Amino acid sequence: MTTTTKPATPVTATRGRRPGAGALALRQGRLEITQFLRSRESVVFTMGFPVIMILIFASIFDGTIGGGVKFTQYFITGMIATGLMTVSFQNLGIWIPVERDRGVLKRYRGTPMPKWVWFAGKVIMVIVIGIAETALLLAFAVALFDLDLPGTAGKWLTFGWVAVLGVTACTLSGIAISSLARTARSGSAVVTPVSLILQFISGVFFVFTDLPTWMQQVAALFPLKWMCQGLRAVFLPESFGAQEPGGSFELGRVALVLALWCVIGLVVCLTTFRWTTKRDG
Amino acid sequence: MSSSRSGADRHTPGTMRAGSGRTLDGMDDELAISVRGLRKAYGDNVAVAGVDLDVHRGEVFALLGPNGAGKTTTVEILEGYRHRDAGEVSVLGADPAHPDIDWRSRVGIVLQGTGEFDELTVAEVIRHFSGFYADADDPAKVIERVGLAGKAKARTHTLSGGQKRRLDVALGIIGRPELLFLDEPTTGFDPEARREFWELIRDLAAAGTTIVLTTHYLDEAEALADRVGVIAGGRLVEVAAPNRLGNRQEALATVSWRTPEGTVESAQTATPTAFVADLAARHGGEVPGLTVTRPTLEDVYLTMIGHSR
Repeated sequence: MTTTTKPATPVTATRGRRPGAGALALRQGRLEITQFLRSRESVVFTMGFPVIMILIFASIFDGTIGGGVKFTQYFITGMIATGLMTVSFQNLGIWIPVERDRGVLKRYRGTPMPKWVWFAGKVIMVIVIGIAETALLLAFAVALFDLDLPGTAGKWLTFGWVAVLGVTACTLSGIAISSLARTARSGSAVVTPVSLILQFISGVFFVFTDLPTWMQQVAALFPLKWMCQGLRAVFLPESFGAQEPGGSFELGRVALVLALWCVIGLVVCLTTFRWTTKRDG
Repeated sequence: MSSSRSGADRHTPGTMRAGSGRTLDGMDDELAISVRGLRKAYGDNVAVAGVDLDVHRGEVFALLGPNGAGKTTTVEILEGYRHRDAGEVSVLGADPAHPDIDWRSRVGIVLQGTGEFDELTVAEVIRHFSGFYADADDPAKVIERVGLAGKAKARTHTLSGGQKRRLDVALGIIGRPELLFLDEPTTGFDPEARREFWELIRDLAAAGTTIVLTTHYLDEAEALADRVGVIAGGRLVEVAAPNRLGNRQEALATVSWRTPEGTVESAQTATPTAFVADLAARHGGEVPGLTVTRPTLEDVYLTMIGHSR
């Protein structure tokens, strides 16, 4: 009679090894990339959008903005920045609510996966897709519109840190804003207007200094303007810095504002991130 | 009940404990789940109003109750998804309000809602989740076991409702859990799929897995569970073996028969055999239209949840 009360078979004796932390993050990243690439809408609208935009813009404005510098050289900075924002902020802000609503996040929470692994997977996906998409954009612009790539190691370095800081700020903001959406569908309703307005006021579609001063000041509160400005320092001649609102490309301030957004984004993520929907408790 | 288990002993925890001569620690060891005074409210709506519950290791325990009775809230507190307002809860010796990775790897969860991975195949999802566990089962074996072998390479969004549920179950058992929670696992199954699923649960139970399932199907609770807890209005109305629920075995039997005038007479009796013998003697042979019935599980259950409303 007491035999039936014995504990379950001692499974602990045969426990193997779980993949290490790094391997777990890489697996998660690979899964996220697979999911992204298999979702046709994501590939077309996230990866294709900046390429389509540069095709349109470079075809309409085929002149120069003075000093023998082509319009393409100016607009490429906005398109790169927009592309990076799309793949991070917009992509996460739209998809995380969908995954939360579908119960994917809740399911992950029920496994022994450490929480950070899930975030790491998203970051890996954003970085890989971001690099691929930027490379695609540059390749098109070089092949079709004679874009001049940065000529010095220093400029590539600037390109690198502006992109990394910008993507980090946008990724964290995207994760943060995902908690605002109550349902799967409201994700794009929350995120799309925000990114569209930022694109208009941050000098993606127009020369930034042509915009009204108040608009420039509003834009200066958000990361996209500073990403564009940092990238202008990479793709435009040094002398163009004088035309910026601050009289130079202000790379120090670019770094400061983007870093500040990383901190804000991180704090908001840590305090508001939800693995389940509101109705789920 | 599974042939390899003698569930009868578990139905009467009192005698079982007396036989094992346990200490207080020893008793904790036998318990997979121990709950005292569990309460949870959402605003003014009290979902769980003081639940006490013990689930023994190796036991199949069913929480049976109507929709909105507090089943899912109770189970999700035990799974570490929701925080309780009051009460003491121990699941595999730890407080589920603070789940750590080791605890998570010992607990399998099949949620009520499915978390879908539309862009991935069945095999990809199961293989990926197996990587979260130190002692995961072989993904191919698990796919076979839940009956999805033919669908291993199918994208999950092409699965039927019942097949998606099997995928949920596969993800719940891929880590070879000591304790498996199943929240309304067979909703949307056709009768054949339910039978197959019941077999799977019996296999898992036979291998020593402790199983807690919620259901609103009486036959499911009766077919699978060693003990059933009936929950209604946030309270556990009764906990007993399915055949003892509501003192079904001791309940009065109803004997009915047809009188020569054609009307149906019936009487309630504690001694139906003697009553029928007496009836037969009075009729001098066959009693027309004779039936002897005891309350079905459904009768008992409906009375129970009716009382608590």
